[in-house]
Amino acid sequence: MTTVTKKADKIDRLAELMQTTEVTSGASLWREAMRRLRASKMAAIGAVVIAAFVVIALIGPWIAPYAPTAQTWRGDVFPNRGEFVGMRSGNWFGLDHLGRDVFSRWLVGARQTLLVGVVSMLIGLVVGALIGVCSGAAATLGGRAGQRVDTVIMRFTDIMLSLPSLLLAVSVAAVLGQSLTTVMIAVGVVQIPVFARLLRGSMLVQGGSDYVLAAKALGLRKRRIVLTQILPNSLSPVIVQATLSLATAIIEAAALSYLGLGNPDPAIPEWGVMLAQAQRFFDNEPMMAVYPAVGIIITALGFTLLGEAMREALDPKLRG
Amino acid sequence: MALLSVDELSVTFTAKGRKDSIAVDGVSFDVAEGQVVGLVGESGCGKSVTSLALMGLLPAKGVRIGGRAVFDGQDLLTMSPQYRRDIRGSQLAMIFQDPLSSLNPVVPIGVQITEILERHRGMKGEAARKEAAHLLDRVGIPDPARRLKEFPHQLSGGMRQRALIAMAVACAPRMLIADEPTTALDVTIQAQILELLKELVDQEGTALLMITHDLGVVAGLCDEVNVLYAGRAVESAGRRDLFTYPTHPYAHGLLGSIPRLDAPRGEPLRPIRGSINDRIAWADGCAFAPRCDRYTMECLTGTPELTEPRAAGHQVRCVNPVLPKSKAEVSA
Amino acid sequence: MSLLELEDVKVHFPVKKGVLFDRTVGHVYAVDGVSLKVEAGQTYGLVGESGCGKTTLGRGVLRLVDITDGEVVFDGTDLAKLPAEEMRRFRRRLQMVFQDPLGSLNPRQNIESILSEGMAAHGIGANQEERREKIKEVLAKVGLPVNALSRYPHEFSGGQRQRIGIARALVLEPDVIICDEPVSALDVSVQAQVINLLEELQKSLGLTYLVIAHDLAVVRHISDVIGVMYLGSLVEEASSDALYADPKHPYTKALMSAVPLPDPEAEDRRERILLQGDLPSPANPPTGCRFHTRCPWAQPKCGIERPALVDAGDGHKVACHYAAEIASGALQQTRPTDIGAVTETEEAVTEQPASTAETSVTLLPADSTTKPDPETVKEKVPSATEAPSAPTADAVVKDADTVQPGASGTSSDKTD
Repeated sequence: MTTVTKKADKIDRLAELMQTTEVTSGASLWREAMRRLRASKMAAIGAVVIAAFVVIALIGPWIAPYAPTAQTWRGDVFPNRGEFVGMRSGNWFGLDHLGRDVFSRWLVGARQTLLVGVVSMLIGLVVGALIGVCSGAAATLGGRAGQRVDTVIMRFTDIMLSLPSLLLAVSVAAVLGQSLTTVMIAVGVVQIPVFARLLRGSMLVQGGSDYVLAAKALGLRKRRIVLTQILPNSLSPVIVQATLSLATAIIEAAALSYLGLGNPDPAIPEWGVMLAQAQRFFDNEPMMAVYPAVGIIITALGFTLLGEAMREALDPKLRG
Repeated sequence: MALLSVDELSVTFTAKGRKDSIAVDGVSFDVAEGQVVGLVGESGCGKSVTSLALMGLLPAKGVRIGGRAVFDGQDLLTMSPQYRRDIRGSQLAMIFQDPLSSLNPVVPIGVQITEILERHRGMKGEAARKEAAHLLDRVGIPDPARRLKEFPHQLSGGMRQRALIAMAVACAPRMLIADEPTTALDVTIQAQILELLKELVDQEGTALLMITHDLGVVAGLCDEVNVLYAGRAVESAGRRDLFTYPTHPYAHGLLGSIPRLDAPRGEPLRPIRGSINDRIAWADGCAFAPRCDRYTMECLTGTPELTEPRAAGHQVRCVNPVLPKSKAEVSA
Repeated sequence: MSLLELEDVKVHFPVKKGVLFDRTVGHVYAVDGVSLKVEAGQTYGLVGESGCGKTTLGRGVLRLVDITDGEVVFDGTDLAKLPAEEMRRFRRRLQMVFQDPLGSLNPRQNIESILSEGMAAHGIGANQEERREKIKEVLAKVGLPVNALSRYPHEFSGGQRQRIGIARALVLEPDVIICDEPVSALDVSVQAQVINLLEELQKSLGLTYLVIAHDLAVVRHISDVIGVMYLGSLVEEASSDALYADPKHPYTKALMSAVPLPDPEAEDRRERILLQGDLPSPANPPTGCRFHTRCPWAQPKCGIERPALVDAGDGHKVACHYAAEIASGALQQTRPTDIGAVTETEEAVTEQPASTAETSVTLLPADSTTKPDPETVKEKVPSATEAPSAPTADAVVKDADTVQPGASGTSSDKTD
């Protein structure tokens, strides 16, 4: 490039600079968070793990080589004498104590596990967020009466939080009886105070910010301030928590199943139930416990990774 | 012979996957004993990074430092960290903008001061405590014996800044670097602190490098002033020269744009258009050109040199400087 | 009749403590009896240091904080007594520009949505199309490009963000704009742009401003009338020029002499009036004149009797018992105002923790700031505020009590 054209370029650029003040793209914070999320390795690994899990959960029953409940190889295992067959060509994960194909059960069980995780998380999220919004809105805009309402709600959630989560889940399960729905509700109830407190705390922080003050000064109605100003800015931690709590929900559901509060129907295998059943034979056939356990751990890890990556992506301090 | 001689200091922040960002792009100035030198400029001009580089307080990773900063015959930028730590505090001390975050919140003021005395002056026990009380008294903190036992949060903002100054002067350093020491303070408290600094310089002959955005502070305190823009000094002069004949269009514009208490009401301000942006690097030409009223094609042919278009010792980095006769035109 | 009149406005924040049941243990007297008038089309500048209550007062006018007592009469209506919904509707006519340009804009809304929010709340414009036209018009007025509409606050520079903040107020076509530190967060070269913009807008739209700032030079530049606040009340009020030419209150004198001038000649010439110590806590304000604990001319009477804001001629109001004597030079200084004010450690009065209240008393009843007992504070304040010229016997007795231990009159007996 000759010096003349280079110079002309510079002048053009200068002229352009003087015309427009800023030349960025008009990207919202959500979009920028997505961009950061896409660039994150942690998010990618988490997403791959979760995707694999979801795919297995969706198509598992179709690709399972055998029916999960068929006791086809009843004669091959002698659980009383501690004789199992282990891995073999027809049964990749071996057989369980009733002579069922563990691999098939594992594939089919993924769906139940996902269902329990998602549904219980949603129960916690929806109910918790509703309580949180009410409490947060009352505290930030409700004046003195609102603060009293907020105090009452928060003391209530404090009580829920102070109970050991498993104990709470067991009590719920004891009241509702033994079923998969019980597990979902029990695990969901445990999450309610977490979401409620989180959203309310986040709203309180945002409620004290200058732009909320500005919205009041503008003369916006209270409902509008909550919906368009406070709430959108308070959601980030809740979204992160939702992802993270999927992991804990799966683990807790497994724990409840392990304690025998899960689905009693043997036709529907679930990783937690499988783990519980494998316990008796752990000395002779540890692999029977390892497969569902590894499934739970890896899935939980996937959700945790994605959650952490989202936390980083949504953190306004990293805005750049 | 200057006590501190900074020569073409440059600081570049490098981050993986990002474009290097040049924070300081060749800053040179001298500070002699007993002299007060000001670095003045707006946010992003590199004044604070300069002070951090001099004190060796920049992170080791992701920063490239160039140039020289010779303090008492030795280059601050290349000396061993151990040696620098010895110099820091004993010969070269720093006062920061935010006194609360530069004091340890869980340690009483007294302990923080005696620590310095023990480390750099070898004082012990009662002697150190007495000296600490004396130092607090020196910077005008009432009832120093009691204050020594208090924690930073128990002191007011002005008091904290005084405690910080007491710590800085604890070892009778030969040079003080003050980075926006009064920005966080109210104006009456600012006046107290500035008078205190002035008195310290007068009485102890300490050299002072004053870093600030406030031209008023500079006018009252500094002997020499360097005006920075986008990481480079654009004008260096004695304070009288600078404020009476601001010659670089930026310095000229800056003085025209601040409301003055002593100006008659209603006199319009002449703001500089636009705002600072880093899309023109000094290597391409004058970084101020996009905001300048006087820019020409020549402004874009490489970095302008420092020249002395008006008077000896009044250095200006501009090809179209505002000279006295044209100054009349501009203001007319 | 002035457009905006404040009559003895008080904003007291309760200080609460308690584990299960919150108990009010005292008050922060943020604004403690301020009366002022803002004329239509003019700019009233409120200046003071941090903690003087100027921001609280500004928010009180808009009822963004609860007013404890007093009247805020805007265009004949007392805003302090309006029901919430009516107050909300009144906010169209009283707008606010905030100090932190980024923090006061919702980061998740684009500029169009930020600007139309207020219009929708007040029913301006039948639909979004109409509102957008209006917004474009206002954007041009504040010097922003039209393509700003679809962008988000974090994509703008500080000066541009403040222009957005101003535009947000302007789209509602208000009568009064309260500017709370409108330029203090901006770079020097950008400050001037915003100040000029505010002045142009005032000229073209006939706006009335209440400008709140700590920077006396900025306030002096844009205000017609300036009120100086110290610890919750006005100490002086005068036209901008009169205040600069002849500051009457000792605090105003000190404040003005402390503002650094970008002029070496002037800096070398002028004499600083340095004040001792720091601002006392507004939770525990001094009795009598709020300023007597730092005043270079303080007299015994100042610690007992709170001076009222009275006209000293030509509408120049000052709240000082001895303003005339100080002006004529008849009154001797009782404290140093040179470097001695900074380095000599007379028992300067500062925000000391309550536990240190028993430390010595100086020749002035200086330590009346450090009464530990909130009950005393409660009793004291009403008497001091309601009747500045005739304090109740109680208050006088209390103050006399505090003076007594130090009757020896020696100063700085604590330093060793």
